[in-house]
Amino acid sequence: MPVSLLWAVDVHGRVYSLSSAGQQWELGRDAPMEFKRVTAAQQCCWSLGCDSSIYLNVFASDLPVRYKVETYENQRWNPVDGFSERLLPSDRWQWSDVTGLQHQPLHSFQLPSSSWEWEGDWYVDENFEGEPTEKEGWTYSIDFPSTYTKDKKWNSCVRRRRWIRYRRYKAMDTWAKIPSQPMSLPDPFSDISCGGWEISEEPGGRLSLWVVSLQGKVWFREGICHHNPEGSSWEEVPLPGEVVQISCGPGDLVWAVLWEGKLIVREGITRDCPRGLSWAVVECPSPEVGAIHVSVGNGVVWAVTKDNKVWFRRGVNSHNPCGSGWISMVGEMIMISVGLHDQVWAIGCEDRAVYFRQGVTSSELSGKTWRAISAPRDGERPHSSASSQQSAGRFFSGEVQAQSVVSDADSDVEKGSADGAIFTTPEPSLGSPTEPPSNPAVDAPKARIPKVTSDSFISELVSDRDQGKPSKDVLSVTPAVLEEEVIPADGEEILLCAGEALLSTESRGGPQWSNVDLEEAQTGAVLDLAETCSLSSVTTFTLTVEDGAEEHPMWAWVSGEGCSVDSSSQLNWFSSSANTTSVTQSVQSMSLSISPAQTAAWRRQIFEQLSERSRREMDDFKHYEQAIEQSVWVKKGAMQWWRDWKPHKWIDVQFAFEQFSGPDGNKDGILFIYYNYNEEKKYLHAFINEVTILVPVLNDSKHTFAIYTDERTKQRWPIRVAAATELEMYDWLALLSVSCCESRGIQGPPSKQAIWSITCKGDIFVSEPSPALEAVPYPTPCDQMFWRQVGGHLRMVECNSAGIVWGIGYDHTAWVYTGGYGGGFFQGLASSTDNIYTQTDVKSVYIYENQRWNPVSGYTSRGLPTDRYMWSNASGLRECTKTGTRPPSPHWTWISDWAVDYSVSGSTDREGWQYAADFPASFHGYKTMKDFVRRRRWARKCKLTTTGPWQEIPPIPLIDVTVLPCGAQSSVDTFPLWAISSKGDVLCRLGVSAQTPAGSSWLHVGTDQPFKSISIGAAGQVWAIARDGSAFHRGSVSPQNPAGDCWYHIPSPAKQKLKQVSVGRTSICAVDENGTNISSPSRRVVHRGFLNVPVCFGVFLAFLCPGNLWYRQGVTPSYPQGSSWDHVSNNVRKVSMGPLDQIWIIADKVQGSQSLSCGTVCHRLGVQPIEPKGQQWDYGIGGGWDHITVRGNAMEPPRIGLLSQKDTAPPTSSSPLPVGIAEPNGTAVYS
Amino acid sequence: MADDKDVLRDVWFGRIPTCFTLNPDEVTEREAEPYYLLLPRVSYLPLVTDKVKKHFLKVMRTEDVEEMWFEHEGTPLKWHYPIGVLFDFHASNTVLPWSITVHFKNFPDVDLLHCPTNSMVEAHFMSSIKEADALKHKSQVVNDMQKKDHKQLWMGLQNDKFDQFWAMNRKLMEYPTEEGGFRYIPFRIYQTTNDRPFIQRLFRPVSTEGNPHTLFDLLKEMCPDALTKDGEENRFQVVIHGIEPLLETPLQWLSEHLSHPDNFLHICIIPAPTD
Repeated sequence: MPVSLLWAVDVHGRVYSLSSAGQQWELGRDAPMEFKRVTAAQQCCWSLGCDSSIYLNVFASDLPVRYKVETYENQRWNPVDGFSERLLPSDRWQWSDVTGLQHQPLHSFQLPSSSWEWEGDWYVDENFEGEPTEKEGWTYSIDFPSTYTKDKKWNSCVRRRRWIRYRRYKAMDTWAKIPSQPMSLPDPFSDISCGGWEISEEPGGRLSLWVVSLQGKVWFREGICHHNPEGSSWEEVPLPGEVVQISCGPGDLVWAVLWEGKLIVREGITRDCPRGLSWAVVECPSPEVGAIHVSVGNGVVWAVTKDNKVWFRRGVNSHNPCGSGWISMVGEMIMISVGLHDQVWAIGCEDRAVYFRQGVTSSELSGKTWRAISAPRDGERPHSSASSQQSAGRFFSGEVQAQSVVSDADSDVEKGSADGAIFTTPEPSLGSPTEPPSNPAVDAPKARIPKVTSDSFISELVSDRDQGKPSKDVLSVTPAVLEEEVIPADGEEILLCAGEALLSTESRGGPQWSNVDLEEAQTGAVLDLAETCSLSSVTTFTLTVEDGAEEHPMWAWVSGEGCSVDSSSQLNWFSSSANTTSVTQSVQSMSLSISPAQTAAWRRQIFEQLSERSRREMDDFKHYEQAIEQSVWVKKGAMQWWRDWKPHKWIDVQFAFEQFSGPDGNKDGILFIYYNYNEEKKYLHAFINEVTILVPVLNDSKHTFAIYTDERTKQRWPIRVAAATELEMYDWLALLSVSCCESRGIQGPPSKQAIWSITCKGDIFVSEPSPALEAVPYPTPCDQMFWRQVGGHLRMVECNSAGIVWGIGYDHTAWVYTGGYGGGFFQGLASSTDNIYTQTDVKSVYIYENQRWNPVSGYTSRGLPTDRYMWSNASGLRECTKTGTRPPSPHWTWISDWAVDYSVSGSTDREGWQYAADFPASFHGYKTMKDFVRRRRWARKCKLTTTGPWQEIPPIPLIDVTVLPCGAQSSVDTFPLWAISSKGDVLCRLGVSAQTPAGSSWLHVGTDQPFKSISIGAAGQVWAIARDGSAFHRGSVSPQNPAGDCWYHIPSPAKQKLKQVSVGRTSICAVDENGTNISSPSRRVVHRGFLNVPVCFGVFLAFLCPGNLWYRQGVTPSYPQGSSWDHVSNNVRKVSMGPLDQIWIIADKVQGSQSLSCGTVCHRLGVQPIEPKGQQWDYGIGGGWDHITVRGNAMEPPRIGLLSQKDTAPPTSSSPLPVGIAEPNGTAVYS
Repeated sequence: MADDKDVLRDVWFGRIPTCFTLNPDEVTEREAEPYYLLLPRVSYLPLVTDKVKKHFLKVMRTEDVEEMWFEHEGTPLKWHYPIGVLFDFHASNTVLPWSITVHFKNFPDVDLLHCPTNSMVEAHFMSSIKEADALKHKSQVVNDMQKKDHKQLWMGLQNDKFDQFWAMNRKLMEYPTEEGGFRYIPFRIYQTTNDRPFIQRLFRPVSTEGNPHTLFDLLKEMCPDALTKDGEENRFQVVIHGIEPLLETPLQWLSEHLSHPDNFLHICIIPAPTD
């Protein structure tokens, strides 16, 4: 861990820093004045001076802070002067920025503050795009807003060159005042906090700086980053009240304390908006006494209330920045500072010492005990201490100061302390529990109270304590508790917490320990004598000696935000070597040597005997065989893992898969991911038989796949790993898939009942349903479904329970399932040898060219600074240039060049442009006076070649297909199959049977308008959706008349356009197009949510907009059109009705514990004949799912409840309509 | 060894060298060689004797094979006691390797439980853990665990995976600091002088006055006879995991560090060897 600094201010305003590797406080000598508060980052420290200005101290590093300023000199050619600075009136300025919009002559560049200096003078950049130019750096062009070349041509009418100058930040390692803003701030500052560096890595060194003014306003410093350490401007942040203090963590946590003692939490802090959006109010821990101070870290919040009590906030994380509840902590503090790794410092209420919270780990964020930092301060009178004291000091991890002089050190003292006494008594004496304070040693001016033991004990003491109460009482408690832990110590063997320091014999003399300078200030020293063991088995007891012998002024403020230590760091802060002194000979607070429990005889005995046991029982028998063989088979590899904690990023891990035979011979396995966390080795594991799905996520930069278990499906947070090469990734995927299937006893092709689904990458997955999947009332939870991949690439798939499966590719090619399995990257056992064919798919990649109108040159690619990229994706959030845009994954190759796409919804003009008033707005295909921006879509085709159990059905391209669902034992031999061609024609396939699933020929069914969705349910109910969004029902479809006779128009739900329909046994559901308007607020939310999800399902298809799910009411065999649409749910992209009237959908925006996921498989629970719309959703695999079909699953659930009802009696009044109505329809289905 | 964690490791990786010999009364086709194996102290016999069974079945006819059971010097060995306990109790002061006789017939129904499959062991092991947690935390911890967590404990034991086991078992060893220990210490005391299989009663880790109880306190209350009286020679040894902890060892610490994977502290009181 790199050396870093802890900063503190004493009550006299002097700033000190303490290095994590050092042992003394260094005084900041060059401080221009007294400071009130400091707040540190790792690269700098901000402070608030007594003049209420802000000061900045940037630490010198190898990386200088340099900033390049540049300006362009523009010239135009004219026949008289040749190239000259005489430009046309419509031209840009002679000196301008790169866009020409800003006038910037050389002299206009000023140093931002006195902390900067110029490195040199202006010079011409003679390089152009990496190549040297010939003539003084000029680049030429025909006209200004254009591309420039370094060669002058006959038509080069204008030229420009770039001037460069560097400025350097010179105020390194010194306190530089931040110049106040011209529009100066209304009132002086009173608090300051910096943090936020983990929100984003771009730009480097970015910080958030929050300050509070005396009037209670909050200001945010804009633009702080490495090359602009001072930031650029103050922005006021609106508030719900008057703030007195604020704290900003390294991540996205910002809390502030209001004047009346409530707390407010900043919400909506993201990379794009580090200032956040709004405040949420959090009640203070105790209603009577409000909070006075708050400090936040990565995922923790500590607060201090007006009565100096310390509170820890439970359940804080960046999804829930407000946390869930307060926990009272031990200790009385005036302020707290949470640093890196959520470590905690505080300033004690009584003694004003700086305390460090020990034992804060990621699993125990609240830590264990407070321990006073007792490092001496630089600049204090150097004490001529004897070497003996050095060792003595090192032994004691606490600063022990004597108040007064004791003439001789008596061995009783040490013995007493060794017995566990806490000699801190109202009397100046030291005593053992057996011979308590009677020992008349010294006159201490202040009562000393034993304060700290293990936390629980402290609280007891602290709460018991009151001023009038003699601390003797306390004493009588302590030894009793400590008794067992303490044994007589012999000085030589006492191990200190770190187990490193030994008490030297010289130190026994005790007297030298005392510190001599006496002043009235009092300080506490904490001795931590026993290290807590990892299992918290050993009580940590820590004693505080409060004595008045402290020469130092008290501390006023501490900042650990830039101090990189953690619970495992070895710190030298707690020893007081240099300043223990023997100027006076007195002893007083003597060796408080409660023998560390580590050295207790019983423990030593156990350690020794265990070693002896190993020697006795094992050393001579090493050649014997081990009874338990370790794992049968292990495969290891180096991988990267998208780590679980923030900031999320890829880290190198060891990936290991251990496969072994279970006790009953079943193969089972465990996946291990070994990683380092804070330099500590840790691992994550998953049992193979609990893995529910493996999803390849290939993009051009990483070969990754995601591993889900049911738990991780719930959290929407898979284990994501990346292999070094594509081959390696597929090796792992194939191996793990086989193991998952083996552990679940699944092999061969998917069953006829299988549920098929498709991701937005076109990957195909199947799941074998269990009968309990549709059980009422306790179905198998959807997140426990196991999915395995099948080779091939499709956009949609439909099936029925006779095993007829059809798919449609992105290029609208129709495919029929051949009955094989595997293909793609599956080889060997995981793939069938026949029935696997080559499959190709073609899709288009779209990018947008955006332009803004300006009065001079009309529409140009020169946007406003706030505009989207001039070449972007549909949302404008990502830059996508023609050259920079690559195929979606390495499997895809370009097969065409970029071409303007005219087939955009909303129509275009002749050049493909669409116009709008401003960017995120709705575009239209003609230009009006109000339009200032325009865009057009470019498309480029790419092609994928893979293998899978699919055979092409030429020649008609399709957009939708449906096949008649049937019962498990159906007598039907040919199945009606309907489809919609890419032109919108309705087609009926003839001759489709289990033996010839591809059928024989198409029959065209006439329509008045093009259609886009179709579904056939039981008993030949055919429903379709036309392009205008209305529904149609096809009458009189029967086996004898497979194409039916006419369409009945069914109006869509009010104001909604339907887009998809699915028909089950008796139920009909449709999804509408609600929310297609990209600029609607809800749509934005989706985008933001999705972008935050680092799932690499990058392709977000515009046609998959979430809509509403509608249920068709009143459908009966005699009136198959039904009566009305009933709203079921919103947020639905697609619906699939099963042959048992099951309802499954692809839902949008499902909240997991870690993130929002879009495109999630959901199952409607509680669907029964009496309640065909069901009750609620159960969430399964996602996000990134595009399609599901459950139309093969005709497996009746175990109908315990219904059967018994049927057997015993007709339906009772409690269920007026149950089975009776379902039956006629049910039989109709299978006839 | 500086860390209590190392105690956990030492306890887990304790091995007893064992020599399995076939009972001479068994009918064999040819003479059976003895079989040598390092048995994990914290495991159970059925989990670690697959190889033994395979070895002896090679020389036997299948019709002569019934359920396998083990015996040491005439005493049938109970499979549901941890191996270390069996060894400490029956064979502490004998010469290593521990000699165990393997039987394939005349199953002593009176002394032993049948163990048809390892799922019996799993059921027994998990019920012990649950019982221990009932004593320690009113079952709160074990009930808060998911099924896969239970499985992790069992798989850890079965596959001798220390890390896997302790990653989960750690939770069972936690307690609120203010209480200074578990509610009750799950322990079992095995005595040779007693007809009862073992002593198991409620005993708190901290006295009513707030002092931590020690091993001495426990024994004084449970079996005072085992303690050496003043001026008397040691008559008994108090053995846990093959070692004799000092009687002043805090009981709570013992429970956290020297319990078997079933979360019980198994204490054997055996006669001291007379030299």
